[in-house]
Amino acid sequence: MIPLAFRIERLRQDTHDTFTMDLTPPAEFSFAPGQFNMVYVFGVGEVPISISSDPAQKSSLQHTTRVVGTVTKALKRLKKGDAIGIRGPFGSSWPVEEAVGRDCLIVAGGIGLAPLRPVIYSVLAQRQRYGRVVVLYGTRTSEDLLYTHELENWRGKFDLDIQVTIDRGGREWRGHVGVVTGLIARASLDPGNTVAMMCGPEVMMRFSLMELQRRGVSPERVYLSMERNMKCAVGFCGHCQYGSTFVCKDGPVFRFDRIAHLFGKPEI
Amino acid sequence: MIKTLADIIEEHPFFKGLEKSHLDLIAGCAKNVHFQEGEVVFREGDPADLFYVVKQGMVAIELMVPQRGFTTLQTVGAGDVLGWSWLLPPYQWRFGARTIEATRALAFDAKCLRGKCEKDHDLGYELLKRFSHVISERLEATRLQLMDLYGVGA
Amino acid sequence: MSDISVQASERVIIEVRDFDQLFQALTRRGYEIFGPAARDGAIVYDRLTSAGDLPVGLTDEQDGGKYRLKPREDRALFGYAVGPHSWKRFLHPPVQRLWEAKREGHSFAILPDAAPVARRAFVGVRACELHAMAVQDKVFLNGPYVEPGYQARRDNVFIVAVNCSEAGGTCFCVSMKTGPQATFGYDLALTEVISEGRHHLVAHAGTALGAEVVSEVRHRPANETETLAADDVVKKTAEHMGRQMDTAGIKELLLNNYEHPRWDDVAARCLTCANCTMVCPTCFCTTVEDVTDLSGEHAERWRKWDSCFTKDFSYIHGGSIRASTKSRYRQWMTHKLATWIDQFGTSGCVGCGRCITWCPVGIDITEEVRAIRQSAPAGAPAAGADRS
Repeated sequence: MIPLAFRIERLRQDTHDTFTMDLTPPAEFSFAPGQFNMVYVFGVGEVPISISSDPAQKSSLQHTTRVVGTVTKALKRLKKGDAIGIRGPFGSSWPVEEAVGRDCLIVAGGIGLAPLRPVIYSVLAQRQRYGRVVVLYGTRTSEDLLYTHELENWRGKFDLDIQVTIDRGGREWRGHVGVVTGLIARASLDPGNTVAMMCGPEVMMRFSLMELQRRGVSPERVYLSMERNMKCAVGFCGHCQYGSTFVCKDGPVFRFDRIAHLFGKPEI
Repeated sequence: MIKTLADIIEEHPFFKGLEKSHLDLIAGCAKNVHFQEGEVVFREGDPADLFYVVKQGMVAIELMVPQRGFTTLQTVGAGDVLGWSWLLPPYQWRFGARTIEATRALAFDAKCLRGKCEKDHDLGYELLKRFSHVISERLEATRLQLMDLYGVGA
Repeated sequence: MSDISVQASERVIIEVRDFDQLFQALTRRGYEIFGPAARDGAIVYDRLTSAGDLPVGLTDEQDGGKYRLKPREDRALFGYAVGPHSWKRFLHPPVQRLWEAKREGHSFAILPDAAPVARRAFVGVRACELHAMAVQDKVFLNGPYVEPGYQARRDNVFIVAVNCSEAGGTCFCVSMKTGPQATFGYDLALTEVISEGRHHLVAHAGTALGAEVVSEVRHRPANETETLAADDVVKKTAEHMGRQMDTAGIKELLLNNYEHPRWDDVAARCLTCANCTMVCPTCFCTTVEDVTDLSGEHAERWRKWDSCFTKDFSYIHGGSIRASTKSRYRQWMTHKLATWIDQFGTSGCVGCGRCITWCPVGIDITEEVRAIRQSAPAGAPAAGADRS
């Protein structure tokens, strides 16, 4: 449980408050899509950040994060060649195997696309094992879009349906404007044979769940990524408790029916 | 076999469940329209004489804000209903609408339909039920957009 | 260490005047001895060098938000219940350095703490405390990750248990089935018997090591009358519990009542001072602090006790999940009595009563459960109902 030094290869600003780091691990680094690392800045602190790179890449990894506090501010000031401490990977992962043979619906809100990107890579790497693949991505404005390069690549694929929507835009945006729940209503899927994976603000997930339910996707086939305060990531510090679960080891990816009794309840 | 307007209307989810007589009444006020990309469908402030059901394409609902320019509030696409200001006085568009891509739609003559609804309250009730649903969905969506959920502290 | 299959652990009598030989035997074997001592008006756990350091002839009076020491009429060594300290302060220390690191160019090197673990003897461990240690063992040793520091400290402890002869004013170990009789987890167990001019401790070993140590203390086998007298002490204690908690269906009762008005009631009284979590022998939450020196060349990570009662505890960017006092009290109580069962297979509460005694406003967890149970909606288990 001691951080290992990883080297920063590149640190790139994505949007006004989000940046992505490319890291080189000291040895091969394997993770499952949906897992996270505890990222340590020397002398400053440690924060949990989802791993957002392709799981097939074992000699490099990426973290995308928003600047929200002391540690992320300090992270952003680092440069190529600096080392940061990594503990991990921790947590549960997206149901890449359960989704085989089914339609995949991936719903991402804001920075929520970061922990979902690895599952998109994994699914595309074995595309023939899955049915329809639909990615719905909502964010605030067109300036807040992440991974625009990949989005364009994915848009160009015939076997992947990707829809992007923003909360508000000007005339130069010639795409959807509105909430991502509206896109769920319209997605071409067989609800009886769909596995849905969602990550984003809790309110967005709440309303998306209602829409999924309305369309007939079973709660046992919907997976969410939850977020809670974390200090240790190994189930000892107690901070990440969510009902009877520890988000660090029972999550962050949860099958919805297992947390349905907690989800949406105030201050749980 | 060429479909009549009544057939097209009957198949559309928005009009599902209406009696044949009502469908005919509605069809009598309907016509096919199409817009090129970037065409104004209606302007803010204009009389709301029509409403639309989009068959194909995408339309942006816009608001003109001084110094900010035209802001798109929501887009509607295939299968969506566009416009309810025709239902309630002063029958005036509160927002503008402009196509983002070439769009085909069914346009309904509002004056014609308002008259028919006044005469046949059952028809009026059926339409109001359906529009209430549209309005509530838009309200919900708008509220979520207003929450600015993706900002920090969401 | 806990091996009650060690047979022929007959009961022996140690006269009180010989009891200090136990301390000497433990010291000879290199143990640092910790046990109860009177300090600052309370009986706390401190370093002891001889039996004379014990709070001889003292007892405690405990109630909600109240703790007083009073003199006894006899010279009992263990004539009191538990104080504000629990053994977790030694096994799961309040402040602990995890590692230190130094900068090396653009990178850094981490040096794990290699301090040797002291061998310690805990004298005067009550049955509820043995259960509390077992509860914390499940947290730190039985999951997918093992806490190595805790493991090392736990492995190097010699435990002398004491069966309670005084029931505390806030005790409810009988309700929680955690006492007053110590039944596992000790090297040596003692029952202090004072009657008709006699004063001795009835001892028996729980492990081979315990048997070895007791053989170095002057003792003689106990006769039947003496063992019965010892059993009687414990029986009497069990009949005088200060509090009671009905645990039938308690998990469902609490988890089905997240919106019960009682939570608002207790929230109006709770100061979120976190005393209860600090004195509770099973509360294990910690936080981590990363610090550096002025030069920025040297960093350390420290682990400290934390409490779910603080607003920061559940903070994620933008705000705390549990901002209100109500939600934080509810979190503590439902974790302790309900969700702990799902997580670790037992209740988190051992009925020691510390949270009741040390709450500045005297909030009583047994009373809170009673209040919810008495006004729970239909469908929740009724008090005392048959649980088959």
